[in-house]
Amino acid sequence: MNVRVHVRVIPRSGLLDPQGQAIAHALAALGFPGVADVRVGKAIELTVDAVSTAAAEASVRSMCERLLANPVTEDFILEAEPA
Amino acid sequence: MTRVAVVRFPGSNCETESLLAVTRAGGHATLVDYRDTDLGQSDAVILPGGFSYGDYLRSGAIARFAPVMTAVKTLADAGGAVIGICNGFQILCEAHLLPGALQHNAQQRFAARPVDVRIERTDSVCTTDYEPGEVIRIPIAHGEGRYVADEATLDALERDNKVLLRYVTVPGTDMPYNPNGSMRDIAGICNSTGTVVGFMPHPERLAEQELGSDAGQRFFTSLMRRVASGVAA
Repeated sequence: MNVRVHVRVIPRSGLLDPQGQAIAHALAALGFPGVADVRVGKAIELTVDAVSTAAAEASVRSMCERLLANPVTEDFILEAEPA
Repeated sequence: MTRVAVVRFPGSNCETESLLAVTRAGGHATLVDYRDTDLGQSDAVILPGGFSYGDYLRSGAIARFAPVMTAVKTLADAGGAVIGICNGFQILCEAHLLPGALQHNAQQRFAARPVDVRIERTDSVCTTDYEPGEVIRIPIAHGEGRYVADEATLDALERDNKVLLRYVTVPGTDMPYNPNGSMRDIAGICNSTGTVVGFMPHPERLAEQELGSDAGQRFFTSLMRRVASGVAA
């Protein structure tokens, strides 16, 4: 079965995210109130052929650990659904 | 004669300067393709600057899985000299041959200018020809050069004397000294034996007097001396 896996890679909280800071400043300049924090990461969408949604998720988790995210600086979140 | 392999990844752009710097220092420099699986009889390898794989995903993240990297790791594990310059430093960090990571510059802009760096350690494979604490001015050219690691790793780097180069202010100059927001002003690091080294500045780009300074050339004369003495390799 084809499984669509959504990966979100987010810079680890506590680390300086200059892109997020620049956006936060721009939002404040536009007059949007109440933006406490902005962090900019990456969204990666994969379509994986696997025996189950769980198997696809496990496979993509391994991909994140090896390549898609850098454990030194980034966290990742997975969501899998039948494609 | 000391044999030095310079690896060209798709997107490398400093391999020619690196080859020339080795040749000027009296070494035998060979260009090695990233698809090669061995480094020949090389005593040392340089991963040059550039934008391997277009810096896609993260700089160095894809290059670290190139076929040649298995041979680079084997050489590193055997105590051979492995030098990562700029993108090469990013690749070594991604490959976990050196700790930490290099992130987008704090100011979100590419930085291409001279920097003043202090040689913090003169027993590494490429710094023996400098004086301890010597400050040299060489160029940087990077968008992702902000060195980042957790506090424990940073403390260990300092304690174990693994900080190789540090951005410093030279009295009498008004140049902002840390060009990218690197933690603890770190410009380069090495492993405990000083045989695996990585740094953001480009000594190979300022290594002959015709260009106004040869401040970077001693990285390469040091490498020749160290490898010839058999300490590395």
